[in-house]
Amino acid sequence: MRIETEEKLVKAGLSATALISVIVLFIVVGYILINGIGAISPEFLREAPYRFEYGGVFPQIIGSLCLVGVCLLFAVPLGIASAIYLAEYAPDNAITSTVRFFVECLAGVPSIVIGLFGLAFLVYYLGIGVSMLSGGLALGFMILPWTVRASEEAIKTVPQAYREASLALGVTKWKTIRHVVLKSAYPGIITGILLGMGKAIGETAVVLLTAGSGLESFLPRSLFDPVASLPVYVYMLATQGHTPGALSRAFGASLVLIMLFLALSVFALILRNRYVKKMDGGR
Amino acid sequence: MCAQEQIRNEKFVKPRWSAVEWIIEKVLFACALSSILIVLFIVIFIFQEGFPALLLGTRFFFGMTWWPSHDLFGIVPTVVSTFIVGIGALGIAALIGIPTAIYLAEFAPEWMRNIIKPSVEMLVGIPSIVLGFFGLMVLVVAIRDNLGGYGECILAGWLILAVMTLPHVISISEDSIRAVPRTYKEASLGLGATQLQTIRKVILPHAKSGILASLVLGMGNAIGETMAVLMVIGNPNIPGIPTSVLDSVRVLTSTIVIEHAYVDWGSMHQHALFALGAVLFVIVAILNLLTCAVIRKGMRKTT
Repeated sequence: MRIETEEKLVKAGLSATALISVIVLFIVVGYILINGIGAISPEFLREAPYRFEYGGVFPQIIGSLCLVGVCLLFAVPLGIASAIYLAEYAPDNAITSTVRFFVECLAGVPSIVIGLFGLAFLVYYLGIGVSMLSGGLALGFMILPWTVRASEEAIKTVPQAYREASLALGVTKWKTIRHVVLKSAYPGIITGILLGMGKAIGETAVVLLTAGSGLESFLPRSLFDPVASLPVYVYMLATQGHTPGALSRAFGASLVLIMLFLALSVFALILRNRYVKKMDGGR
Repeated sequence: MCAQEQIRNEKFVKPRWSAVEWIIEKVLFACALSSILIVLFIVIFIFQEGFPALLLGTRFFFGMTWWPSHDLFGIVPTVVSTFIVGIGALGIAALIGIPTAIYLAEFAPEWMRNIIKPSVEMLVGIPSIVLGFFGLMVLVVAIRDNLGGYGECILAGWLILAVMTLPHVISISEDSIRAVPRTYKEASLGLGATQLQTIRKVILPHAKSGILASLVLGMGNAIGETMAVLMVIGNPNIPGIPTSVLDSVRVLTSTIVIEHAYVDWGSMHQHALFALGAVLFVIVAILNLLTCAVIRKGMRKTT
């Protein structure tokens, strides 16, 4: 009898602990929502910021999207190509395991170190300057390993029978990959890319060092212009603007950022669930 | 995680040699090499820029004062604070994360899992700047009002970093608990042990290396984390060795972000900031290698 009570107590304790993560998530999102919703208005989303207390975050939203765009243009083709090589071609030798090891290494590099690298290499050594291109490429370095991993996982879940059927028809290996393997793997690849986008859009340290101060009130006209972004804008207002007006703008910008991130995550989640269902049906 | 099995179809089909196919394979191979190239470039540039400061030798590595305007670049207080903040955060994350992992792997009904798992996944993705802002507005104020001091302190850093590390600890620990062979569990239950005794005496000892790996990896994440921790720990101008959890401190990452804004390119100060980056890189690399070693050792034991 005593043991049974103990079991029950421990089980209750464990479930209570498990709920802490859920509670923390709701408190953080709820707090930002309650404090940020008041700042959101059509003007806030359409206008440019003017000093700390006035205007909106339109250039910041566009800037963040542009940075993520450049980042994806770099990381997605490279990541998918690496993944195809690792999943379909790579022989089981030292070179392949070295490649894998370095992909893991790159995933482990702290974002601030990638930011410093972007500053030294892209901004100063290549002379690109603090700009959209530097920021986007540095973000690309950061999410490259995630796109490689996600794409490789997706390619590996394609049933071997599909490949064999295609090869047996006399189709070459590359055409098999392009028309059969990638076609079945693409929802998984897109899910990985969406998650990478969520990571890139919220990243602050890298962008702060390579892309601009976040308070720019103009839209970027070229790849070589400094560009504003939501996370850096939040950072500047939260640490340097001490007036209620600045703080309410920081809450508003945080809310926009969280909403962008949640939209990407939910979309990725839906896509993954549909994909899992389809794959199960296919077997 | 470190080495995964290959699916290879060369075994089944030997296609005819074709120039296009050959070129495509080489191009894909070149793309795969890009990760190696990027990592090497990172190492070269960080160390090259940090080199003049690393050459200061003992004055850099064992110096007790970081005071750039007086040309003093001692990193001891910053490194000590970094480890204090990282280890404390990890302790809290372990206290919450390991029980959560046990619950998810052994007890949780399907509907509970469907609530907890996505929440944990969301938690890892919440932009760190937003979490830091939350910490600044809520935690720091609460600590200042209830415990005294400035509020921006080690304790606030612990709590915020614990939230950021928690998802990593939970997901890897859960995987390693699930990886314990079912037969072990069934044998133990069959002998009349209760579920709790089985977890304590059979499952946890077997999942130990995976749980340990999750903690080492979490430590690497905590030490490399920048924005969230920066906003809640105060960053005094001249950092000292902290004496209480209510002291303001500086960590490696926050020093780089704050001081890069007003550093002259080419000055010793700039080199010192890159040297901090190099130190951070080495610490995190050692922790990551340690994770890999722990996982590999655990794998060898179970097979």
